Amino acid sequence: MSLLKVEGLGKSYTSDIKILKNINFEIKAGEFVSIIGPSGAGKSTMLRCMNRMVEFNEGKIIFNNNDVGSLNKKELRKLRTSIGMVFQHYNLVPRLTVIENVLHGRFGYKTTMQGILGRYTEEEKERAFYLLEKLGIHEHAYKRCDQLSGGQQQRVGICRALIQEPKLVLCDEPIASLDPSSSKIIMDHLKSISTEMGITCLVNLHQVEVAQNYSDRIIGLNKGEIVFSGTSSELSEEQINKIYGTETKDLIMA
Amino acid sequence: MNEKTMRKSRWQTVIFLLIIIVLTYLSSAITQFNFIDGMATIPEAVGWIFSNLMITQESLGKLPKILEKLNETILMSIAATTLAAVVSLFLGLFGSKTTKINNFLSVFARFIASVSRNIPVVAWSLILLLSFGQNSVTGFLALFVGTVGFLTRAFIESIDEASQSAVEALKATGATYFQIVSKAVIPQCLPQMISWILFMIETNIRNATLVGILTATGIGYTFDVYYKTLNYNAVALVTFCIVIAVLIVDFISNYIRRVIL
Ligand SMILES: Nc1ncnc2c1ncn2[C@@H]1O[C@H](COP(=O)(O)OP(=O)(O)OP(=O)(O)O)[C@@H](O)[C@H]1O
Ligand SMILES: [Mg+2]
Repeated sequence: MSLLKVEGLGKSYTSDIKILKNINFEIKAGEFVSIIGPSGAGKSTMLRCMNRMVEFNEGKIIFNNNDVGSLNKKELRKLRTSIGMVFQHYNLVPRLTVIENVLHGRFGYKTTMQGILGRYTEEEKERAFYLLEKLGIHEHAYKRCDQLSGGQQQRVGICRALIQEPKLVLCDEPIASLDPSSSKIIMDHLKSISTEMGITCLVNLHQVEVAQNYSDRIIGLNKGEIVFSGTSSELSEEQINKIYGTETKDLIMA
Repeated sequence: MNEKTMRKSRWQTVIFLLIIIVLTYLSSAITQFNFIDGMATIPEAVGWIFSNLMITQESLGKLPKILEKLNETILMSIAATTLAAVVSLFLGLFGSKTTKINNFLSVFARFIASVSRNIPVVAWSLILLLSFGQNSVTGFLALFVGTVGFLTRAFIESIDEASQSAVEALKATGATYFQIVSKAVIPQCLPQMISWILFMIETNIRNATLVGILTATGIGYTFDVYYKTLNYNAVALVTFCIVIAVLIVDFISNYIRRVIL
């Protein structure tokens, strides 16, 4: 039984250009799937259709037996609580502390008033510290986020996604702003989320090798169309050229 | 910067200077303002200021009354600014791309901002004088309206700049609009907003004097009365008090800025 099923997904921001064309794929619970493709292929757009941060025009997305496209505002809010999101630029509130930022992930479960007053239960706070410890940044819990390094901020971002108790985590180029060693830490954490906690990960990536090392499956996107879908070992040189529309040599040179 | 762009920018400076010189010449020719004659009157004017605008023992007797009026003016400026800040916060939220509720309110907020900002406070006073007459309500409203325009514009920019990414993240967690505003937008923008509010309080205290002359209220009126009765020593004292007050407010707001930023 698949957790996420996308059928004939299409998206256009303006009437003249179609950014996504007839996208079809299925993802099983606990799978780690990467999306690769050249800049402007529509990776970010596709990811954001899954939780309707971007409204799509055509097709159907079934997440956890919900028809995502037909949900009303309240139902959409509920859906979003079960989908975590991790961003390239971390998207934290820089002036607030680490622990506050992590607890923001609970807003979806609260009434507006509880959120404004910052009412969190003991379990929520304990869970937040547990997650910070798991990602190795508990000693920074009371620091302001803008005092943390990029890699540490991204781990805060992951904690915020995990405290939602999501079934799916969407990551939009989570390591694009990080150095290689921080990148490895982040990717290892994301991988363990899917293997240990059974949370499905859908990750946009720029680096083909990283995608090959970590993914159960890779989806290649070019000009809004899926041109490859398969395991890391199935991704040959030729396939990579098809996805990026160039020789890999040129890619490295560029 | 390479040599080519350097030479280009040097040329730009020369052209820019030439344009300024030509404009200055043209405008003084059109208005028949003779720069040399203007300069020649300066020594005389300075002499007049020093001989007439002196604070004397006699004028010091008016100090309590002046301070009372000054106090009134400062409090009115602060009240007008803070009330305007509350209104501007909402208009700022509506007007910002990241926190707008709908397009209509967004356009509305931006419209209010540009209309009230692009009309000078003095013009607002004169317009409002017609409907409210010479009283403190007019002065208060004039400051209020001008401030709403300025602060709305400033808040829209602060919100757009500071919180766009966090707003996206919180939306994706399923947070509600007011949760996002109160826990991401406001905490992130507050220091900048306070800084703008302090700036407007300073500006409004200066403006209030001018507005007071027109609306016959506050320290501006006191100034006007002494000026028209040729009591220049008292005028000097009033001016001195205003300068000191502005300096003190400046000092306090700079201190607050240092602490919060
Ligand atoms: N809000 C928007 N309005 C209009 N066009 C948009 C919008 N967002 C994205 N686009 C366009 O959609 C196309 C795909 O953008 P998208 O950000 O999804 O690409 P991407 O694959 O994530 O690229 P990158 O690797 O550079 O992040 C681009 O041509 C972009 O110009
Ligand atoms: Mg992108």
